[in-house]
Amino acid sequence: MTLSAKKWLVTSLTFSVLFFPLTSTSADAPSEMPPAEPYCEWKVEDFAINEPLCGYAGDAERGRAIATDGSRGNCLACHLLPVDGIEAYGTIGPPLAGIGARQTEGFIRLRVVDTRNINPMSIMPGFYRDPKLINRPGKPYIGRTFLTAQQVEDVIAYLVSLK
Amino acid sequence: MKGMRKQLLVLACVVLPLSQPTYAEPKSGYEYVKPETRIMQDDDFANPGLITVEKGEELFNKKMATGKACADCHGSEGEKFNKKRLATYPVYKNRTKEIITLQRRINDCRSNFSDDELETDHPDLLALETFVRNRAKGEKINMKTDGAVAELLKKGEKLYTTRYGLIDMSCQHCHDFYPGQMIRGQKISQGQTNGFPAYRLATGEIANVHMRIQQCMDLLRADPFETDSEEIKLLGLYMMSRSNGLPIETPAVRY
Repeated sequence: MTLSAKKWLVTSLTFSVLFFPLTSTSADAPSEMPPAEPYCEWKVEDFAINEPLCGYAGDAERGRAIATDGSRGNCLACHLLPVDGIEAYGTIGPPLAGIGARQTEGFIRLRVVDTRNINPMSIMPGFYRDPKLINRPGKPYIGRTFLTAQQVEDVIAYLVSLK
Repeated sequence: MKGMRKQLLVLACVVLPLSQPTYAEPKSGYEYVKPETRIMQDDDFANPGLITVEKGEELFNKKMATGKACADCHGSEGEKFNKKRLATYPVYKNRTKEIITLQRRINDCRSNFSDDELETDHPDLLALETFVRNRAKGEKINMKTDGAVAELLKKGEKLYTTRYGLIDMSCQHCHDFYPGQMIRGQKISQGQTNGFPAYRLATGEIANVHMRIQQCMDLLRADPFETDSEEIKLLGLYMMSRSNGLPIETPAVRY
């Protein structure tokens, strides 16, 4: 590795940690990340994904932790969430307080999984897009979805609980 | 008359969004950073980028292996530079059909007089780039955008609007659609390049435009364009053209 490449890596990793922090196990080498899970297909019907991903059941408590964790869901980067003790929220997306009362579970699932089915120009990342569709994924992320199917279901269970 | 006014309004609503860029006018990143960051940038003693400028000045005056120094031709403080010319970089070299960044021009010049050529983005070369760019501080960016460059800018724009990485966003998504909005505690800027090389609070280091692009792509969990790749030169060229008319602020302080 050249000097400048090494320096760049250090700089960029520092930045990732600050902004979209990687988990401590994944910051060093991709080999320390758990192996990528097999991808489950999903189907859009009437602007909703009605079947849970891979048939998993979500846990709202775990989902809340994922949604507020900068290295995993990081929903706070763009959305306001009804969570105490957060210094700053993003203002890019709509606030999510009460989202479970406004939208159906299937619609929320589609928004989280791949919102571009609703708005092709959306800035929102697809948290469970087919890894084959990702352009130039970083080396540690090849073959991966942003969140695992279980994590997505947990986040959905949490969002649905926000009445 | 009233009906015609309504028609005009409808016409304006249809035509204006199509014909105008998504931001009204270029605004320096200076206007998007926090007030305390602006104060830090404006104070030569508080601005950490000045350390790099001084390091650059030392190297500028240091004799290379052949006994020649940059200062021999350009003056010990670079006072013989044409500021207007510095503000035109990156330029397109017709003869070799290449995009020449300011850093590359400095390196080429050094290699004309000595064997002290440095690898791209080497800390010494980055310091020289920062020093030389700083010589034109306040000068308005005036990159040439016509002729052969026009075609290259189209390619650069294509790269700017392409999605990358697991986060799957393009540059345009943040910097054209959402400048002024908050992403956590930081305001999104227009991604203007007039302050670069800039000192970054997030990394505690100086970065030039190409390095900043790579850092952003890493953030997108993407495979960044390689140093010296055609893509990074095209994207850097396009981004600099967007900053035409903005004053050079090197070294700016940015998040």
